[in-house]
Amino acid sequence: MADLRINFAGIKSPNPFWLASAPPTNSGYQVQRAFEAGWGGAVWKTLGEPILNISSRFAGTHFNGQRMAGFNNTELITDRPLEVNLKEIYETKKRFPNHTIIASLMVEPQQEKWHEIVKRVEAVGVDGFELNFGCPHGMAERGMGAASGQVPELVEKQTMWAKEVAETPVIVKLTPNITDITATAYAAVQGGADAISMINTINSLAGVDLDTWNTIPHVAGKGAHGGYCGPAVKPIALNMVAECARNSTINVPISGIGGVSDWRDAVEFMLMGAGGVQVCTAAMHHGFSIVEDMVDGLNNYLDDKGLDSVEDLVGKSVPKYSDWGDLDLNYKTVARINTDTCINCNKCHIACEDTAHQCIDMLTAKDGSNYLKVHEEDCVGCNLCSIVCPVDGAIDMIEIPSDEPMTWKERETAIKQPSCGISLVK
Amino acid sequence: MNRFKDKTTSLKDLSLNFNEIEPDLSPKEAMDESNRCLYCYDAPCITACPTDINIPSFIKKIASGNMKGSAKVIMDANPVGASCARVCPTEDLCEGACVLNDASLPIMIGNLQRHATNWAIKNNEQLFEAGEDNGKTVAIVGGGPAGLSAARELARLGFNVTIFEAKEKAGGLDTFGIVSFRLPQEVSLWEVEQVENLGVEIRTNTMIGRDISVSDIESAYDAIVLAVGLSKVPMLGIEGENANGVHDAINFVETTKTPPLREDFIGKKVAIIGAGNTAIDAATCSVRLGASDVKMLYRRTEAEMTAYEFEYEFAKQENVEFRWLTQPMKILTDSEGKVNALECIRMELGEADVSGRRRPSPVKDSAFTIEVDAVIKAIGQSRFVDLIEEFDLSHDRGIVTIDSDTHQTSNPKVFAAGDVIFGNGQGEAMVVEAAEQGKLTAYSIYKELIGENATVNA
Ligand SMILES: Cc1cc2nc3c(=O)[nH]c(=O)nc-3n(C[C@H](O)[C@H](O)[C@H](O)COP(=O)(O)OP(=O)(O)OC[C@H]3O[C@@H](n4cnc5c(N)ncnc54)[C@H](O)[C@@H]3O)c2cc1C
Ligand SMILES: Cc1cc2nc3c(=O)[nH]c(=O)nc-3n(C[C@H](O)[C@H](O)[C@H](O)COP(=O)(O)O)c2cc1C
Ligand code: SF4
Ligand code: SF4
Ligand code: SF4
Repeated sequence: MADLRINFAGIKSPNPFWLASAPPTNSGYQVQRAFEAGWGGAVWKTLGEPILNISSRFAGTHFNGQRMAGFNNTELITDRPLEVNLKEIYETKKRFPNHTIIASLMVEPQQEKWHEIVKRVEAVGVDGFELNFGCPHGMAERGMGAASGQVPELVEKQTMWAKEVAETPVIVKLTPNITDITATAYAAVQGGADAISMINTINSLAGVDLDTWNTIPHVAGKGAHGGYCGPAVKPIALNMVAECARNSTINVPISGIGGVSDWRDAVEFMLMGAGGVQVCTAAMHHGFSIVEDMVDGLNNYLDDKGLDSVEDLVGKSVPKYSDWGDLDLNYKTVARINTDTCINCNKCHIACEDTAHQCIDMLTAKDGSNYLKVHEEDCVGCNLCSIVCPVDGAIDMIEIPSDEPMTWKERETAIKQPSCGISLVK
Repeated sequence: MNRFKDKTTSLKDLSLNFNEIEPDLSPKEAMDESNRCLYCYDAPCITACPTDINIPSFIKKIASGNMKGSAKVIMDANPVGASCARVCPTEDLCEGACVLNDASLPIMIGNLQRHATNWAIKNNEQLFEAGEDNGKTVAIVGGGPAGLSAARELARLGFNVTIFEAKEKAGGLDTFGIVSFRLPQEVSLWEVEQVENLGVEIRTNTMIGRDISVSDIESAYDAIVLAVGLSKVPMLGIEGENANGVHDAINFVETTKTPPLREDFIGKKVAIIGAGNTAIDAATCSVRLGASDVKMLYRRTEAEMTAYEFEYEFAKQENVEFRWLTQPMKILTDSEGKVNALECIRMELGEADVSGRRRPSPVKDSAFTIEVDAVIKAIGQSRFVDLIEEFDLSHDRGIVTIDSDTHQTSNPKVFAAGDVIFGNGQGEAMVVEAAEQGKLTAYSIYKELIGENATVNA
C-alpha cells in the first residue's frame, strides 16, 4: 500500500484527487458525500457575485456512441448566497477535518473587494484559496473571470491583493483562452501565488440543432459560447501543465485540471509536473464513486512500480518534454505489420495510400490469402497506420538503427561553423 | 450469442474435447465490452448476483487497466468468483438483470469476470491477507465452494481455520463435479490456493465420521461449519442396477475431470436417466468421450425438465437425443454381466401433483427395449443423513434446518451452508449460492464468537 497523501503548496490532502470548482462542489451536502466516497479534497464552487444563472446551460458532445467525450457549459459561479456557502463550508470542514477544502473566489478587480472576501472566507476555516481567473462566459463580460485572466497585469495585481490578507495558500486558476499560458502563469507567480491550477474551460460552441437551427444549448432560441471540458480537452490541459512545469521561472506547484477521467489520466498529469489533480466532468458523468477506482488504480500502479509515495511521481516526465529544435533529426522508426494478429481491414493501407506516404502494399500469398506489408525504405514512421489500426499489436513501430543523433539546434550551429577543418565535436 | 468456436469432437485425442468450449475474451473484446457498461447507479446486475459483486466497479476497473483492482472486487465478494465466472447461469442472474437487455445486448458480465480473474490466476496474485489472530478456532467439514468461502472470510476475520475434506483435493464439485470444458480443474484449485495462503489448513483425504469422529471435532473447535454438500445419486430401484456399465452421473463426470480419460466410451451407445443439469453434463461428457449415440430418457416432457435453457440448447447442439415420457424399467445384461439393453415403458402426464407438475403414469402395454452399452443415472443426489444425525442436527429428510439469518443449526456450535441446506425453498443448488452462504456463515460465527460487526481485511 503506497502513501497517497500529498502536500500541495503546504496544503495537506489524503489523496491527490480533488473535485474541481463546479456543480459537484456546489453545497455541503455534495462535498460531504464526495468525501465519504473517497475524494481527497474539493474546491468549492466559486463564491462571489452576482448570484444569477440561465436555463439551459449544458451540452454534451457525443462522439461515435461515446457519450460526453466533451462537455460544454454556460454556467456562472455559485448562485447560492455567500452566507449559506460559508456556513456549509464551516460545517463540512468540521465533519471532515482531514480532507481538503479550498474556496474558489471571484470578485471584481478591486483591492478592497478581494480583501473583504478573503477575510470572510478564511474565517470559516478553509485550507486555501483558488482565484478563478478562468470563467469564459458571463463573468468575463463584467471584467471578471477570463477577462481578468487574459491580462497578465490583472492576474498579478489581483493575486497580490488576495495574498495581502490571506493566511492560507493561494492557488491561481488559469484560463486556457490565451496564446501563451506561461505568460499568465508567470504573472501569478510574480503576484505571489503559492500555486497555480489549470485549465479552466475552453471557449466553445457544442453544436447546432439540424432541425431548429438553434445553437446547442440555447436559451429561448439564442446561444452564446460556453466553456469546454471533459476527456476531449485533456491533451490541451496536459500541454499547458507541461509548459508551465518545464519553465524554471514558474517555480510553484501545479494542480492539473482538464479531462481527468481515471487514475491513468491522473498519473499522466502528475508525471508531467502536477502535484495533484482536479476533476469535474468525469464526476458529473458517473457520480462520486468513480474516485474509488482512481484511488485503487493509482495505489496498484505505485505498488507495481515499486514507489512508496504518490509524490515520487511528480514531474518525472518533465525533463522529457522540450522543444522541436531539441529532437533528434536522425532518430528513425518504421511500421511493421504482424500478419498473425492483423484482421485485414486494410484501414492502414488506405490511410497510408491516400493521406501519408504510400508504403503499405496489399499482397496475395501463394495460398491465396491476403496480407499487408510495409516497404520500410519509404516509411517515414509517422504512426498514422498504427493509430488507425483497430487491433492492438497488429502494427508495431520499430526503432531502426540510425546515424549519430543530431538536433535542429545542433545542425544550425554546425552549418554556421566555418567549413575549414574545424571539428563538429563539442 | 454463441461464441463457441469449435464444435467438433476428436476421437484421436479425447483431452482436446475437454478444453474450455467458450474462448477467453481477447484483450480487445474485453476492452470494448467493458467500455460498453454504463456504470449504472444502484445497478440491477449487482442485486441479481447472489454474492453482490460490485459489477460496474469491477468492469470500470477493467476499462481503466486496473486489473488487480478488478479481480479483487470480484473475489472480495465471491471467494470462488473465478469458477462462478464460468458456471453461473448468468442469463438468469447478473446478465439477465442488465439494463441493456432491452436497449441493445446485455453486458457479458460472466466473461468479463473471467477475464479479470484469469489475469489474477496468470499473474499468480495473492489477493487478500489473513486477519489478526483472534484466538478462536473453526472446523469446516467439506472443502467445496461453501466451505472455502466460509474459510476465506473466517481467515480474514482472524480465525484459525481447518478444513476437513474427504477427497484428495479441495474445491468440491468445482474441482470434481462440473465438466472440464466449462470449468477446468486448475481454476478451482487456484481458488483453493488463495484460501490456503491465508493460513487455512486443509486436511484432505480426511472424512469426518470415518477418519475423525464427530465428537472429536465438536470438542476441539469453537465452531463448526457443515458444508458437505450432497451425496451419491440414489438407487433407481430397478433390476440390473448393479450391472457392469451402470454409472452414477457424479462419479462419471468426476472421471472426466482428471487424466487419463477413459477410452471405453468411444463408439458406444449411452443412455442417461434424468433431465436435470447433471444429466446434461453426463450426456455431453459421453459425447466428448466419443460415444456415438447418446440418449437422455426422462419420464416427463420438455416442459418439466429442470435443466437450464442454455444447457438444453448445448446438449441439442452436441447431438444428444431426448426421449420424453420414457421410464426405464429394467437394465438387461449379457452373459458376462455387462449392460446391453434397457427396457423402458412409455408414460403419459396426468393431473398436477402438489409441486404443480403433472404426474407421469405408465401407458399400458407400451414397453420397449433400446440397445445400450452404458447407463448413467442422474436422478438427483441423496444426502448425508447419517452424518447430519451424528451431529445431532434437526433436518427434514436430510435437509439441515437452519436459522435463515445466521445459518446456525439446532446444534448452536454447528452452522451449515451450501447444498447441505438446499431444498424446501432454501435457495438453489448453485456454486454462487454456496459461496454467499459460506460468507454469511462466517459473519454470523464472528458475531457469535467475537460479537462485533464483521469487517474483513483487504
Ligand atoms: C454435475 C453437476 C453440475 C453442476 N453444474 C453447476 C453449474 O454449472 N453451475 C452452478 O452454479 N452449480 C452447478 N452445480 C451445483 C454446484 O456444484 C453445487 O451447488 C455446489 O458445488 C455446492 O457447494 P457445496 O460446497 O455445498 O458442496 P460440494 O461442492 O458438494 O462440496 C462438498 C465437499 O464436502 C466434502 N465432503 C463430503 N462429506 C464429507 C465428510 N464427511 N468429511 C469431509 N468432507 C466431506 C466433499 O468431498 C466435497 O468436497 C452442479 C452440480 C453437479 C452435481
Ligand atoms: C458546469 C460547469 C461549471 C463550472 N463552474 C466553475 C466555477 O464555478 N469555477 C471554476 O473555477 N471552474 C468552473 N468550472 C470548470 C471546472 O472547474 C474545470 O476547470 C473544467 O471543467 C475542466 O475539468 P474537467 O475536464 O474535469 O471537467 C465549471 C465547469 C463546468 C462543467
Ligand atoms: S489496420 Fe491493422 S488490422 Fe487493419 S489491415 Fe492494417 S494492420 Fe491489419
Ligand atoms: S458471480 Fe455469477 S451471478 Fe455474480 S456477477 Fe459473477 S457471474 Fe454473475
Ligand atoms: S446493469 Fe449492465 S450496464 Fe448497468 S452496470 Fe450492470 S452490467 Fe453495466
